Amino acid sequence: MTVKDDRDAVYEAKKLNLWYGDKIALQDVDARIYENEVTAVIGPSGCGKSTFIKVLNRMVELIPSVRTSGEILYHGKSIFDRSIRVEELRSRVGMVFQKPNPFPKSIFENVVYGLKIHGIHDKRILNETAEKSLRSAALWNEVKDRLNDNAYALSGGQQQRLCIARCLAIEPDVLLMDEPTSALDPISTQNIEDLIYELKQDYTIIIVTHNMQQAARISDKTAFFLMGELIEFNDTEIIFNKPSNSKTEEYITGRFG
Amino acid sequence: MQGTKTIQVKDSIGPAKSVSDSKQIRNRIVVNFIAERIFLVSTVSALAVLGVLIYRIITQSIGWLDLNFLTGKLSIFPEKAGIFGVITGTVMLMLVVIPVTVSLGTATAVFLEEYAKKGRVQTLIQTNISNLAGVPSVIFGLLGLTVFGRIFNLGSSVLAGGLTMSLLVLPIVVVASQEAIRAVPGYLRDASYAMGATKWITIKKIVLPTALPGILTGTILAISRAIGETAPLIVLGIPALILRTPSNFIDDFTALPVQIYYWTLDTVLTKEYANLAASTIIVLLVILFIMNSFAIIIRNKYQKRY
Repeated sequence: MTVKDDRDAVYEAKKLNLWYGDKIALQDVDARIYENEVTAVIGPSGCGKSTFIKVLNRMVELIPSVRTSGEILYHGKSIFDRSIRVEELRSRVGMVFQKPNPFPKSIFENVVYGLKIHGIHDKRILNETAEKSLRSAALWNEVKDRLNDNAYALSGGQQQRLCIARCLAIEPDVLLMDEPTSALDPISTQNIEDLIYELKQDYTIIIVTHNMQQAARISDKTAFFLMGELIEFNDTEIIFNKPSNSKTEEYITGRFG
Repeated sequence: MQGTKTIQVKDSIGPAKSVSDSKQIRNRIVVNFIAERIFLVSTVSALAVLGVLIYRIITQSIGWLDLNFLTGKLSIFPEKAGIFGVITGTVMLMLVVIPVTVSLGTATAVFLEEYAKKGRVQTLIQTNISNLAGVPSVIFGLLGLTVFGRIFNLGSSVLAGGLTMSLLVLPIVVVASQEAIRAVPGYLRDASYAMGATKWITIKKIVLPTALPGILTGTILAISRAIGETAPLIVLGIPALILRTPSNFIDDFTALPVQIYYWTLDTVLTKEYANLAASTIIVLLVILFIMNSFAIIIRNKYQKRY
């Protein structure tokens, strides 16, 4: 069940269904996601939470045999519409993956990759954007003297912030994060969480997490998925204090999952 | 091989056990000893063959392999003969083989790995490329003779030889490039696609640069194979003696292995040709050794960078 809100939604899913071959992964999902909010997506493994955010930038289509039905509106326009280019959608909706995945290139080249592939080669713009993005990702002070080092010389936490900087460089509107801290140590996790709190001023963030405390700490809204269904979607405070569905309560109190 | 080593079998230890009495264990130790010796002998005999080969070549080339031999022109008189023209022929052959195999091989690999839909057609192409790698080289020579030599009227020129050799080693380059491309982790591709990159940009900026060391290694190994191949060039009709150094790609030419073959063939007429053949073999082996070392260096330097 979803709470009504009059504001314009960034994303609106309507009766969204998704199948991997014959197996249904998302079932009749209705959800509205609002600007400058952090939405946490929680649920046990295999519940469809990763699939849900991967459908928002249509990355899920890279998997063969995926079928979808229903609708996802991005600022009121269907992302499945033929007039929408998937490359354009993905340049508006950045994605941070579970495992840090910088390119085997220099730190600088990683950050400006998105600009270059979208045709920007002006040295001045590249330099300015690199600094700005690295600052926004709270990485600038650590790497400003070694921008030409290989990205793999960075620690896991720094690599993940580099991946965030890489997304920010093309000025997206939404950031999708698929368990961005699950491969990181507690201090790096803390850094990323602080960063998410900062970034929410400018971006709409949707984050999949396995960590209940993390969802409670950083999110404004929480969506609970179970077996491909969106069981409950509400303010994080309500989900964690007074969930209306017994399944939600069982999950967040650790009785299963 | 060492002298006979006595097999020491110790007295049994601890309480008697039915599963492994000391006699059974003794037998196993003997069998193990024999097995070890068999494998040792196998290894040594392989090395011995190589040793004999190198010994004979070196002793035969002493006094013949010198600077004059490397820089001189071919001649029917053994004392005057040099292989500058032959080395030039091999180098020019490679100048044809390298661009053709790298471009065609990489493009085929990219198509099969990145663009082709996985299915029956893809499997069929894949199987045929693997089969092609197993076709004897003399048959590629016949193909080259028919297509490049006769239909394109290139005769036994450098271009005809180079294109024939390219066909011969193309499957090796394709398979090596495919493996290199397949080894590029999916998460790198995902990162690129998620930034709004098209497939081609992802291939150009992420997949190919990451796969490059693997592609290079495979290519160098394929080129070394092409340098040593003889049969296709002989089938193509390279004459036994070419006195002119080739100056362009439609000139007739000869290559190191072909010259080794003809000199060895003519040893019955002129005994000293054996010394020339041995000297040429050393040149060929040194070139191959250097190329293979390059392949190993590249592979080790770029291994697991991501």
